[in-house]
Amino acid sequence: MLKIEQLAAGYGNIQALKNIDLAVPAGKIVSLIGANGAGKTTTMKAIMGIIKPTSGRVLFKDQDVSRMPTHKIVNGGISLVPEGRSILARMTVLENLEMGACQRRDNEVQSDLKRIFARFPILEERKAQLGGTLSGGQQQMLAIGRALMARPEVLLLDEPSMGLAPLVVADIFKVIQEINQAGMTVLLVEQNVRQALKIAHHAYVLETGRIVLSGAAAEIANNPRVMEAYLGGKKAV
Amino acid sequence: MFWQQMVNGITLGSTYSLIALGYTLIFGVLNIVNMAHGEIFMFGAFVGLMIAVHANVGLAGALLAAMATGAVLGYLMEVLALRPLRRRKVSELAPLISTIGVSIFLESLALRLFGAEAQSFPPVSSTQVFDLAGVKISMVQIIILAISCGLMLVLRFWLEKTKLGKSIRATSENIETANLLGIDTKKIIVLTVMLASALGGGAGVLVGLAFNAIEPTMGITMGFKGLAVLILGGLGNITGAMVGGLLLGVAEIFSVAYGVSSYRDAVAFGMIILLLFLRPEGLFGSKEQQGGR
Repeated sequence: MLKIEQLAAGYGNIQALKNIDLAVPAGKIVSLIGANGAGKTTTMKAIMGIIKPTSGRVLFKDQDVSRMPTHKIVNGGISLVPEGRSILARMTVLENLEMGACQRRDNEVQSDLKRIFARFPILEERKAQLGGTLSGGQQQMLAIGRALMARPEVLLLDEPSMGLAPLVVADIFKVIQEINQAGMTVLLVEQNVRQALKIAHHAYVLETGRIVLSGAAAEIANNPRVMEAYLGGKKAV
Repeated sequence: MFWQQMVNGITLGSTYSLIALGYTLIFGVLNIVNMAHGEIFMFGAFVGLMIAVHANVGLAGALLAAMATGAVLGYLMEVLALRPLRRRKVSELAPLISTIGVSIFLESLALRLFGAEAQSFPPVSSTQVFDLAGVKISMVQIIILAISCGLMLVLRFWLEKTKLGKSIRATSENIETANLLGIDTKKIIVLTVMLASALGGGAGVLVGLAFNAIEPTMGITMGFKGLAVLILGGLGNITGAMVGGLLLGVAEIFSVAYGVSSYRDAVAFGMIILLLFLRPEGLFGSKEQQGGR
């Protein structure tokens, strides 16, 4: 569904991504894990066209989207739930969700809105509230709901568990799994490696701009190097 | 006396609000202060005057022509003076300087096209004066109030309820997020600059009507007043711009009415300084600075 070939990107003189390859097959959850500054968010931004890659391609349904403007990529069927959630704090919950569907021209927006409210009842309760007044977990649900309102074919999630209480984190991962089971293809960037590997089918490990390891999520979770570096010692998992 | 001055002040203030709204809208989406806004306002006034004198289309025609002129100037400014800088990601000071350049250019152009002398607006409306329980209100004042309040109400509603209006609000809150939601932010920026400039051009005609005199240098003073209102109301806040404009107008008129007419600007701006001491974020501003380029 989504394929990255030899992608390189950076900021000024700093090369954050050094020719990475990555594939997200349809209907799967793929996790991209790595430490701070490894290039995870840069990968997401490059896919969305927020930063233009210096070389390489991003193929979405066999079409190169790497030089397309961001709003066209969203239109084409890729949505990103950005790091830190980026809720529009001065707009209401309902308006946030409506903005998610702003590029759609069909007339099923209302029924999709109902579906989102069914999945996240708290959002319906608070739909008239300003986005900025929600708690962190609720904002994350709003951000996911808002991304789904665009009817994407691939959903990118950048650190959805960041800054959330453990119980809420479990909720968010459950939601991601449910969305995937309903047919959504997911690319998940996480620092919460344990949880990310638990729900993922495939995983890639990113270190200082390079993919150093990839494979089935269960294999990656049992890889001694990963266990040591990300899962806190050899006995974990 | 008091209510009479109140009416005069609100009438003047409503035009300030209109001008300040232009600043606010552009500040919202671009995070810059458009220093050329006053000159676009002045150009609107002159084009409105020309149309009213030569083309016998009445006030509505003059107003529409002024707004269209504003929109065109706004478009040109965005495409020629602002966008090229944005693409290179230079410091935020560069577009500010760029708009100062546009303002100097427009003022010189106006001097050349319209001459340096103040010109008076033709009588496009009746000079009838109504007497409401001792408060005199002229037809011109009613027209100014109706048009500026009407424009503000429509704008308010449009930003609140329509898809495009919401897109503008989303873009002014966070341009990267707006982009990620599938909004063509480039288009929204052009649209916002044109809209803001059209409001400025329209305000030019209204101020021309109110003072019955327009000149190429009027843009500077008006520009500073609009800027003051932008800060008074809270940067980028629509309601703030509307209320702030009314306050400034009322403050000015009262300082004239109660005998300090040569200090009218000093009194008004002094009040703003005082208010900012008490509320540095402006009347309606939020504490944390938001919005991005």
